[in-house]
Amino acid sequence: MRPKKRFDGIAVLNATFLILVSLLCILPLIHIIAVSFSSSAAASAGYVRLWPVDFTFASYMYTMSRTEFWQSMLVSLTRIGIGTPLNLLLTILVAYPLSKESHALRFRSVYAWAFFVTMLFNGGLIPWYTTLKEYGLLDSIWALVLPGAVPVFSVVLLLNFFREIPKELEEAALIDGAGHFRTVWSIFVPISKPALATLALFSMVEHWNSWFDGLLLMGNPANYPLQSYIQTIVIQQNLSNMSRDAMLDLALISDRTLKSSQIFLGSLPIILAYPFLQKYFVKGIVLGSVKG
Amino acid sequence: MRAKLRKELPLHLMLLPGLVMIILFSYVPMAGVMIAFQKFIPAKGLFGDQKWVGLDNFEYVMNLPSFTQVLWNTLFISSLKLILGLIIPLVFAILLNELASNVIKRSVQTAIYLPYFLSWVVLGGILIDILSPSGGIVNEFLGWFGVSKIFFLGDNDWFPFTLIASDVWKNFGYGTIVYLAAITGIDPGLYEAATIDGANRWHKTWHITIPGIRMVIVLLSVLSLGQLLNAGFDQVFNLYSPQVYESGDILDTFVYRIGLLDAQYGVATAVGFFKSIISLTLISSSYFLAYRFAKYRIF
Repeated sequence: MRPKKRFDGIAVLNATFLILVSLLCILPLIHIIAVSFSSSAAASAGYVRLWPVDFTFASYMYTMSRTEFWQSMLVSLTRIGIGTPLNLLLTILVAYPLSKESHALRFRSVYAWAFFVTMLFNGGLIPWYTTLKEYGLLDSIWALVLPGAVPVFSVVLLLNFFREIPKELEEAALIDGAGHFRTVWSIFVPISKPALATLALFSMVEHWNSWFDGLLLMGNPANYPLQSYIQTIVIQQNLSNMSRDAMLDLALISDRTLKSSQIFLGSLPIILAYPFLQKYFVKGIVLGSVKG
Repeated sequence: MRAKLRKELPLHLMLLPGLVMIILFSYVPMAGVMIAFQKFIPAKGLFGDQKWVGLDNFEYVMNLPSFTQVLWNTLFISSLKLILGLIIPLVFAILLNELASNVIKRSVQTAIYLPYFLSWVVLGGILIDILSPSGGIVNEFLGWFGVSKIFFLGDNDWFPFTLIASDVWKNFGYGTIVYLAAITGIDPGLYEAATIDGANRWHKTWHITIPGIRMVIVLLSVLSLGQLLNAGFDQVFNLYSPQVYESGDILDTFVYRIGLLDAQYGVATAVGFFKSIISLTLISSSYFLAYRFAKYRIF
């Protein structure tokens, strides 16, 4: 299709420019990784560019020797373990009825609006916090998973996906005597696996990356998920609840390498899962944004 | 009639858990906006016997000198983010589409999309490190060109632009992929025909690519209007410090500080309520416009 008969200057310029911009997107991360594996002296003196200087695991050893790190990691994993299945279950349960025509489900539009309004309007920070406090959820893992249990955006995506499924399949199931619950479980869910995988990834990334609710709703730092823990250490520099021994250990590692290692650990699962993430999210975006 | 109801009943049952959740965690907090009209004392509880003060909280806020500044910061930061966040991805999608090599194309896509997935805690940590005036790699790089040190995150002249630039940096990969997906949907026959007619790259971009994705451009622009009062809490919260409150404080961080740190619950809720009402109006109108001009429907 593209005859390459002569040197195309603009194309080369374009490719060069795009490659430079891509570097701009990944080099900061590579720099941080390099700093995290460098000796504290090299890092503080600013010798580190894109490759570790005096390679060492010291800052990682330090971070991993902290019980707080493992505690918060556990909270994050629990959060994903409870939150993602809950999100998926509720998304399916809400999307299936809403994918029906209005005559097949009474009050369909009332229901749909009830869910949709929650995307448009909220009470704001203080009422939200007060409500959760009155439910007695502060300092509990449920405060992190229940408020976002119904991801309305995912519901909209799945609902539209369900509508594409041929009606005949469902009718055949109904004739065979399957009820709605059975139809969802044995027909809609298996057919929607790609869509559900996308939504599962959305949900996992969301849960992993959330930090503010942990910071706000967990009074006791022992209940912080990993991102909230990193936020207090890296951004707020809150070292007040550190023992004297820990302080002495810390003196041997530079602040900079330590923070860098924590930043890297906080993004590691995302980076490892990135090939999958990218593939599915592109589908998800196309599914969600460009339809209609 | 009864048979129909029995057939429908499972559907209503399926909706029940979801409904309970949004009532408990979305609608009850919405009812909580009444705090905005009270002198709220948390010990008495959300539905307790609070003292009603009418619009006092709103009046108090409007008279705060910092409020106008905060409102201005919010609008300034978010509108620049919106405009650049629409144009830059469009340009990149067109440039990417022009690439002949699929390997480079895919690698570029992979790279520019990565920051989108990282949390603002992680990116905030990275930015604080690389932008630091003492040993940050960006300042060092600028130093090679004889630029004197810039305190990106601590200088009121620089801070808003640092916010805008870093937001574009995080998110433009996402927008690019949306546009690119739309460009892929354009009929290749159009390009071939144009080539035969002697059209060059610019002609094709201007007369085929851009009109071909006009709907997506309209849609994204219209929908982003609804976000005008969201200047990015996560980002600002992780990057700001007292010395840049003047230029970087936005409505959401303002609510957080007066509400939770200063314990002025009524006042903070009033600001939040004000923001929600305007946002609701903006979002509803943007959905209306999206339906009108791009035939966009949510469900």
